[in-house]
Amino acid sequence: MEKGKGVMGSGRRWAVDFSDNSTAPSSRDIPDPPGFTRASVDQDDSTVSRQKKDAESNWKAQKAWEVAQAPFKNLLMMGFMMWMAGNTVHLFSIGITFSALWQPISALQGVGKVFDPYKDSKVELLGPKLLFIALNLGGLALGVWKLNTLGLLPTHASDWVSSLPPAQEVEYSGGGIPL
Amino acid sequence: MAIRSFFVPFLLFALCFNSSLTPVLSLYEDQVGLMDWHQQYIGKVKQAVFSTQKTGRRRVIVSTEENVIASLDLRHGEIFWRHLLGSNDVIDGIDIGLGKYVITLSSGGSILRSWNLPDGQMVWESFLQGPKHSKSLLLVPTNLKIEKDNVIVVFSNGRLHAVSCIDGEVLWNKDFEAESFEVQQVIQPPGSDLIYVVGFAASSQFEMYQINARNGELLKHESETFSSGFFREVSLVSSETVAALDSTGSILLTISFQNGEISFQQTPISNLVEDSSGPAVIIPSSVPGIFAIKTNAITIFIRVIGKGKLEVVETTNHETAVSNALPISEGQQAFALVQHAGSEIHLAVKLAHDWDGNLLKESIKMDQQRGLVHKVFINNYIRTDRSHGFRVLIVMEDHSLLLLQQGAVVWSREDGLASIIDVTASELPVERDGVSVAKVEHNLFEWLKGHMLKLKGTLMLASPEDVAAIQSMRLKSSEKSKMTRDHNGFRKLLIVLTRAGKLFALHTGDGRIVWSHLLRSLHKSEACKSPIGLNMYQWQVPHHHALDENPSVLVISRCGPSSGAPGVLSFVDAYTGKELNSLSLVHAVVQVIPLPYTDSTEQRLHLLIDSDKHAHLYPKSSEALGIFKREFSNIYWYSVEELDGIIKGHALKCKCTGEVADEFCFDTRDLWSVVFPSESEKIIATVTRKSNEVVHTQAKVIADQDVMYKYISRNLLFVATVAPKGSGEIGSVTPEESWLVVYLIDTVTGRILHRVTHHGAQGPVHAVFSENWVVYHYFNLRAHRYEMSVIEIYDQSRADNKDVWKLVLGKHNLTSPISLFSRPEVITKSQSYFFTHSVKAIAVTSTAKGITSKQLLIGTIGDQVLALDKRFLDPRRSVNPTQAEKEEGIIPLTDSLPIIPQSYVTHALRVEGLRGILTVPAKLESTTLVFAHGVDLFFTQLAPSRTYDSLTEDFSYALLLLTIVALVAAIFVTWRLSERKELQDKWR
Repeated sequence: MEKGKGVMGSGRRWAVDFSDNSTAPSSRDIPDPPGFTRASVDQDDSTVSRQKKDAESNWKAQKAWEVAQAPFKNLLMMGFMMWMAGNTVHLFSIGITFSALWQPISALQGVGKVFDPYKDSKVELLGPKLLFIALNLGGLALGVWKLNTLGLLPTHASDWVSSLPPAQEVEYSGGGIPL
Repeated sequence: MAIRSFFVPFLLFALCFNSSLTPVLSLYEDQVGLMDWHQQYIGKVKQAVFSTQKTGRRRVIVSTEENVIASLDLRHGEIFWRHLLGSNDVIDGIDIGLGKYVITLSSGGSILRSWNLPDGQMVWESFLQGPKHSKSLLLVPTNLKIEKDNVIVVFSNGRLHAVSCIDGEVLWNKDFEAESFEVQQVIQPPGSDLIYVVGFAASSQFEMYQINARNGELLKHESETFSSGFFREVSLVSSETVAALDSTGSILLTISFQNGEISFQQTPISNLVEDSSGPAVIIPSSVPGIFAIKTNAITIFIRVIGKGKLEVVETTNHETAVSNALPISEGQQAFALVQHAGSEIHLAVKLAHDWDGNLLKESIKMDQQRGLVHKVFINNYIRTDRSHGFRVLIVMEDHSLLLLQQGAVVWSREDGLASIIDVTASELPVERDGVSVAKVEHNLFEWLKGHMLKLKGTLMLASPEDVAAIQSMRLKSSEKSKMTRDHNGFRKLLIVLTRAGKLFALHTGDGRIVWSHLLRSLHKSEACKSPIGLNMYQWQVPHHHALDENPSVLVISRCGPSSGAPGVLSFVDAYTGKELNSLSLVHAVVQVIPLPYTDSTEQRLHLLIDSDKHAHLYPKSSEALGIFKREFSNIYWYSVEELDGIIKGHALKCKCTGEVADEFCFDTRDLWSVVFPSESEKIIATVTRKSNEVVHTQAKVIADQDVMYKYISRNLLFVATVAPKGSGEIGSVTPEESWLVVYLIDTVTGRILHRVTHHGAQGPVHAVFSENWVVYHYFNLRAHRYEMSVIEIYDQSRADNKDVWKLVLGKHNLTSPISLFSRPEVITKSQSYFFTHSVKAIAVTSTAKGITSKQLLIGTIGDQVLALDKRFLDPRRSVNPTQAEKEEGIIPLTDSLPIIPQSYVTHALRVEGLRGILTVPAKLESTTLVFAHGVDLFFTQLAPSRTYDSLTEDFSYALLLLTIVALVAAIFVTWRLSERKELQDKWR
């Protein structure tokens, strides 16, 4: 988890620096340093810039796939920990199971954010997103399965009838030994 | 962080879970008296003897109708010591011998015991046998000595015994074998060596025996016949004269047997008083020269002057009671006379030979709720100015005991509470707004102080004085004895009906009497000669929309002992004790059936069955009738005829026909009957479920997530029958001749759902029915031990409701109303265990929602209440439970039920003469209130699965507050620190 965050965080900062320089209008307000002419950059060779952009988008696509695959490692680790925790209900197993459920859910909630840095017109993000979602769903399924093996899922009849009140009786009878 | 935040709720959850699995009920020493109270009583005093020697404490020895011998402190009325004799060991007489022994004659005159006066230890006991049954009389002459040995003279079982006062040895005895001789008096004239035994033979012959007290030799035997016969009682007028009535009760006889010659003097009562009508009765007393008779409501005091001449000294139509004579000085005897006049009683102490002069005359204001004076006992003391002072012990109609001295009530004891007939619980009034601010502030300071002390205690910083302060604060907590309803429902009123016909309301917090009321309808009157209180029902329990109304109870009583006697209903306000209404019924009350319907004012509908099997509906209002008509065809009733061995089911038919016809009377018809063969079975016990019991769920989840459906029916009756031979004492039959048969009968259809026979078992059977199980206690003759069995009933027809989707979507009919006429398929599971104690009563805990696990409350023979987890009586117990069963909480099977000393609810106390245990649910689900009554009263709170839904009494809020403050401070400090560190990092 820590590792994944690192990749995402540094990638974004790096990308932001790069693109801002060329597009952000705010940079125009700052006077250019002496000897620097913007025109020369603007009128740069289009092939160079295209190459650069291609390289960038390639890199973005690559990174996006990497990010998408990151939950897989997580999955393995979670599986290992669940195996370690055993099948009886106690503090440790419940904690592990709930974190295993919580992680994929929170990751799924933030799908957009995770892939935000790699947003590019040329980069196809659908594939990595689907993989990411699939892996997280896998993690979720693992969590649910664990929950079930712990017996915490209401899959038995007993879970549904245990609070049913007794049926009313139509007839009423009283009496007993005479006073 | 995510993981940790999940831990906290689960930690709490796990803690709760664990604690519910291992319920420990024991109490710490300093918790005694926090939630429980215990009151000791003795019952209605039959006889009292004063012991007022100069040395030692002044005390009075009493024997009571509850079969108690007690020594009471004359100064405060506290009990010094007390013994409760068995119910088959009724006390016939008590006296004091040699000034240091209490002599008691009991068990129909066959057991004579001597108890040490200061501490109540038994000194000796002797068994007196005789040829035939007779009246038993105890006489302890003060100065009759045989060889320096003081003698006790006992007439019992047709034999006169002289018993040594020191060791209980029988010195001599003399049989009175004449077939029809009925002893009336044993007289020992002071200063002589003679004993007179007088009595009647063949109802018309007066017999007198003169016996030498030294050796039992018969000196003289005279008899005389009086043609018109005698009426039972005689009154002793002097040591050689008795007064009697003839069999018609219209002629007074004075019989003197001076010098061994019997002579009768007849005086018609009409000669003495003009307007006497009806037969008279003699009021037993022993005032020399004077006796009293009563005709109708008039009491007549008659003096015997000389040779059988009679003189009326006073006639009064006030209620009057006379004490026995008390010798105060040489030749002078005093007696006390108590008369009622309005709200006062007049006490007069007179000398026996001087009726008109009073030694003492006092008027004392008396609480109307105590009724009439029933008995008077007099005692004297010497004042500092050498004159005589008198103290008088009076027993009132409500069985209370009062000591009067110097015109005031010195102390009183509410001994009516020793004989409780029925108990019911009532809520207290809701607290109104408007608590003054000052009070709150005061309380806040007190509260803080208290909690600081508690905190000190928790942190072990408290000094011994602090510990004492904490303890007294806990015991005196004003919170528990408030007169308003509390959040947890711990504070309630226990409405108690006593044998004297008095209602008491006891506060559950501290056991004090909130109000008491002697029922007017239970007073003797012309229409109702001997009213008996029978039962009590909750008539109106207002909640929701009728909160302005006070709750009320219905007291059912009857005019006379026979079941055909007309009944009386009284409605009593539970808050104030006022009798709202009382109805004298024209019909008898044989059964009372509270129906599960209430009208718009929350009055419960009751069906009263009379001896002709007519059903009468109460309250008699058109609204109630409307509700009743709607449910008419669904109401049934059953009767258990113990003597005939028949259980009959009835249904309502139509309106009454005949002379008692009114709208609210209904005829009934027989529907079914279960007849037990009289030669092999005799009904000894029937038990049903409590009608107000709440059941949380119909399903029981067993190991492996499986479900069993409980068969929960309000209309199940548990019946136990034994072989007629085996209905006597335990051990009176061989195991082959005795058996116990147990039935579960549906009382609507008469269907026998289950039947089980225990061969070689014998009663008495005590049973308790709750939810879908019944537990019963009996004696196993083969194993020579008591046994307890459990039967659980499950509904097999519901067992196939296993489709989860149907259950999720609610497509099942598990909660739809069912008719008992649809054939149920039930299976039962049962198991038996040995149990060490014999049992006086069994009850089961009941909680508000029925979620909390149950405990059986067993009143043991030692007059204690034992709490036993229902889990020990689980028919699914096996010797080697599987892992899953263990997880479910099934205890490995053992042959006997464990008795854990810590689980005695009554801890170190005893509820003498335990008769009944009542459990009332508190509002807090975990807690149930337990009231045990016998001669003593005991009340406590129980939490069968510990108080999982509230903090314990001794929880330190101050510590919690301190922790929170410390944590907040720590958070603040660390936040500031981390801010600073972050800033430094940024500058780096």
